[in-house]
Amino acid sequence: MIYFDKVSKKYSDTSTALEEITISVEPKEFVSIVGHSGAGKTTLLKMILGEESPSQGSVYFESVNIHKLGKHDINKYRRRIGTVFQDFRLLPHLTVFENIAFAMEASGRSEEDIASDVPHVLELVNLSDKIMSFPRQLSGGEKQRVAIARAIVNQPDIIIADEPTGNLDPISSREIIDILQKINELGTVVILATHNKEIVDSLGKRVITMEKGKIIRDNKKGKFVM
Amino acid sequence: MFWINTKRIVRLGFINFARNISVSIAAVLITTVALLVIASLMFSRAVLDSTLSQIQNAVDIRVYLSNSANNDEIASLQKRIEALPEVAQVSLSTNDQELADFTSRHQNDQLTLQAIEEIGANPFGSAFSIKAKDISQYSGIASFLDAEQNQTQSSIIDRVNYSRNKQAIDVINKMIASSKKLGITGVIFFSLISLLITFNTISLAIYMAREEISVMRLVGASTRYIRGPFIVSGLIYGLCASILSLIIILPITYWVGPKIYDLGTGINLFNFYLSNIVMFIGVITASGLAIGALSSYLAVRKYLKV
Repeated sequence: MIYFDKVSKKYSDTSTALEEITISVEPKEFVSIVGHSGAGKTTLLKMILGEESPSQGSVYFESVNIHKLGKHDINKYRRRIGTVFQDFRLLPHLTVFENIAFAMEASGRSEEDIASDVPHVLELVNLSDKIMSFPRQLSGGEKQRVAIARAIVNQPDIIIADEPTGNLDPISSREIIDILQKINELGTVVILATHNKEIVDSLGKRVITMEKGKIIRDNKKGKFVM
Repeated sequence: MFWINTKRIVRLGFINFARNISVSIAAVLITTVALLVIASLMFSRAVLDSTLSQIQNAVDIRVYLSNSANNDEIASLQKRIEALPEVAQVSLSTNDQELADFTSRHQNDQLTLQAIEEIGANPFGSAFSIKAKDISQYSGIASFLDAEQNQTQSSIIDRVNYSRNKQAIDVINKMIASSKKLGITGVIFFSLISLLITFNTISLAIYMAREEISVMRLVGASTRYIRGPFIVSGLIYGLCASILSLIIILPITYWVGPKIYDLGTGINLFNFYLSNIVMFIGVITASGLAIGALSSYLAVRKYLKV
């Protein structure tokens, strides 16, 4: 589904973010990417999102080179990816309902779809009772669940989660990972970048370990080893 | 889908405007200042045109005829002058009118009046006052009169005062040409400065919404969908600023109008504003909308790079 073909990213002669990365992610996979800060995890995720271009090599999504897509096509492509970040990125002036509806509106979905799908995804993340709350009225775990609801509402093929548990307590972190697992079981690829050893070990899924822009380990059913 | 998105873009534009109300007010006020600069350039142009027109109207060529000229000769010469394509108007002042004017001008100068009386007869000849269609055409008319005076032995032209007015006419000619160039340069210069200031203020409003733009990009919103609401907000800034400017101009011109008129410009700005209100509404509103939309378009561009 996603294929990195000898991808390197250099910001300058002395600053290399990624070096000769070759990986492939298959449909329905749950992949954890681990590594120290600056190992290149976020750059790798940005490459998948089309926010960063490789200095060398290519990134393919279903055999299409992402970085050769035009403006119009890259927008269409991004609608097939849901993103979840450590800092939630919710719009503070919008309610929970409106934050999720915002993503649907931006994708050109109809009012009828919005009215039926938003309550449905909120039910999936156990937040039906917070539908009219504003982000400031929610806990960290609840905010992240809204972010996940927003990420899945357009039924993406891939969920990219960059340190989604970074700002959360262990119980909330577990809840978020459970939701991501549930989404994965329904057929969506999940790519998770994290520092959380406990979570990675408990998943028992594929683990890619990065260091200084290189992949140093890629284990199916791997453990967090640094 | 196009109409659904358009409706959402317009709605988001209004929401953006209302949400950051203090920044929106700042943007409207800055745009208002920009529009007032444009309006003041229009008024300056009108004052300049009117003043130049006043001066232009005061300029003429006086042709003094010999007092022996009879009515037929005078009428014949008048016809020849009127036939010139440069001539707008030829007015005849008879020798009696010339005497009356002279007497009136010197009514407090008893010595001069007594001297006239002692001559016994009217010493003045008739005179033509010639106005050209354009101030640059006086030299052509003067050449014709010069030829008339020198080439015909029995010319009834006694003297022409063009050479005395020539310097003033040349100065006015240069003033008109310079003012036209200066006016265009001024409009371009001040419009660019206004656009720059407005652009920076609107940039601030868009900077505050950068998080929203990044979320829109992440969920795959099209460029049109991201940019649209900011352009709508820019149009609202422009429209509000236009209305505000058109209202502010009323009391300003009401107060300043008579003062400008008293300076001898021949124009009352308040009356000028009211009689050209449709043009002002059109120019100010179009400028406001253009400044608002263009500034928003440019300001949001840097957040849209893929």
